[in-house]
Amino acid sequence: MTTEELAKMANTIRQDIIKMLVEAGSGHSAGPLGMADVFTAMYFVVLKHDPKNPDWPERDRLILSNGHIVPVRYATMARAGYFPVQELMTLRKFGSRLQGHPERLRLPGLETTSGPLGSGLSQAAGIAKAWQIDGIKNRRVYCLISDGEQDEGNTWEAAMFAAKYKLANLTAITDRNNIQIDGPTEQVMPLEDLRAKWEAFGWHVIEIDGHNFTQIIDACNFARTIENKPVMIIAHTIPGKGVDFMEYDFHWHGKPPNPEQAKEALRELRTLGGRIRSEHQ
Amino acid sequence: MNLLNPKLYKKDVEQEPIRAGFGRGLVAAGRNNNQVVALCADLTESTHMEDFAKEFPERFIEIGVAEQNLVTVAAGMSLAGKIPFVSSYAAFSPGRNWEQIRTTICINEANVKIAGSHAGVSVGPVMRVLPNMRVIVPCDSIEAEKATVALAASEGAAYIRLAREKTPVVTTSDTPFTLGKAQVLREGADLTMIACGPMVYQMLVAAEKLSADGIEAEVINCATVKPLDHATILASVRKTRAVMTAEEAQAAGGLGGAIAELLGEHEPLALARVGMQDHFGESGDPNELLEHFKLTAPHIAARARKLLK
Ligand SMILES: Cc1ncc(C[n+]2csc(CCOP(=O)(O)OP(=O)(O)O)c2C)c(N)n1
Ligand SMILES: [Mg+2]
Repeated sequence: MTTEELAKMANTIRQDIIKMLVEAGSGHSAGPLGMADVFTAMYFVVLKHDPKNPDWPERDRLILSNGHIVPVRYATMARAGYFPVQELMTLRKFGSRLQGHPERLRLPGLETTSGPLGSGLSQAAGIAKAWQIDGIKNRRVYCLISDGEQDEGNTWEAAMFAAKYKLANLTAITDRNNIQIDGPTEQVMPLEDLRAKWEAFGWHVIEIDGHNFTQIIDACNFARTIENKPVMIIAHTIPGKGVDFMEYDFHWHGKPPNPEQAKEALRELRTLGGRIRSEHQ
Repeated sequence: MNLLNPKLYKKDVEQEPIRAGFGRGLVAAGRNNNQVVALCADLTESTHMEDFAKEFPERFIEIGVAEQNLVTVAAGMSLAGKIPFVSSYAAFSPGRNWEQIRTTICINEANVKIAGSHAGVSVGPVMRVLPNMRVIVPCDSIEAEKATVALAASEGAAYIRLAREKTPVVTTSDTPFTLGKAQVLREGADLTMIACGPMVYQMLVAAEKLSADGIEAEVINCATVKPLDHATILASVRKTRAVMTAEEAQAAGGLGGAIAELLGEHEPLALARVGMQDHFGESGDPNELLEHFKLTAPHIAARARKLLK
């Protein structure tokens, strides 16, 4: 896919997210919108996977640790062909495979159950360790984690573990959007110097603009070349990206737009979508 | 077939920590299946993982003092096809990492076996309330060995609770063991005594004392606390019409709680629950503590006589 096609896909996915959230009447807005570009790059370029065969043993594994942003995963999976796009409108409804937080056994392709923060990186490291024991070299484990969940000790336990066992088959991506529920991360519990922390824990660190497809894809490719170390890609993102009144505002962490706000958000996103075309002409 | 150790009621009955049986079982499980891996949180020797670690160094994973990571790494390894056993002291695992167990093992349906050692009188029943989690409390080291081998071969999560202290050996290598089955170790028509863990020994000795007074107690070893073997237990209590339970942990929510729930729904009967009664343990010689908390055979026999009056 070209960069222009990826940008258009991410724009469509953002519109899906808004429609899903307003239909559900609850859920998280900021994180899913902010990570739409990373998810698009993962599912449409980076991952080795087969949407028609989600249990394919040789697939790469994408572990989502910060389960509350799962609407972006659902929307991207639907657009990649895992299930019909209409099913997105069942998010959070009774009987739906699209639980408010992801449950591994509800929907093929989710890999793990999450929601409680801080335990995804360990599970990703466990998979990477199992493959190391078995000498499996043709697959990678990717783990998406948020910045807020780096307040959790479990995250740093995983960081030490992955470095100790030199899990070079593990690439983590931090959604560095600088917000969590109670406010900006640097006020709630300062994380900086985040890069230095991960380096000190023995990881190779790459910092990127999480809205630049070339940088996302290049970083994942570069991570494959690192030997003896796990890789942390710190992706700087804008929470609520694409919807002006949501961007950078931590109040949009955990609420959906109301119908009026959704209309406005979709209008903005459609305008942005139109611009993608002209920018690339 | 001899269900019980012939020396059971003798002063010189053999004693061995229950956790030692876990260690032997783990090595056997490792030999049976090369997918078995063991993870430990800086307590390899005292949770008896060291023999496995020596024999299968590439399948032993030292996690450090990090119990949350212990169970979450294991969950990941199980998703990649491994059969992980994790061990620490029960106070820390499942004490500290209960939520990670709930989410990444139980909801995930991961095939992880959690061994909580040094469980003793202090560490309460926190696992019975988790869907997809089985709870096994072996009565001696021989049963712990069999239970460990059986768990490795049985898909799904489980918790095995292990005592630290030397415990009298109740069973023999011939005693059958089946996950999910309660076992009548001694037959009687006057009273049903249901126990798990080291309290099985205390109950058998109490039954022997009661027999001298003409009271014949049926003693059931309920090594699988969850899922509870309704059939065996209900058959016994319908015969005896009086029930006692014993465990060395909190009676509320543990085996005593499970039996109270079963009786309440199916066969309401007088019930006496021996166990920790809503307080913590403390320092002291283990036998002194058992005595202090009224967890020994003479106390159990006295409770039984009171119940039958
Ligand atoms: C263990 C745990 N504690 C608390 C929560 C509640 N919680 C959900 S999201 C969140 C904020 C986390 O920050 P971040 O993931 O950076 O949020 P985002 O950037 O997506 O807004 C909290 C505290 C949780 N899900 N898990
Ligand atoms: Mg954040």
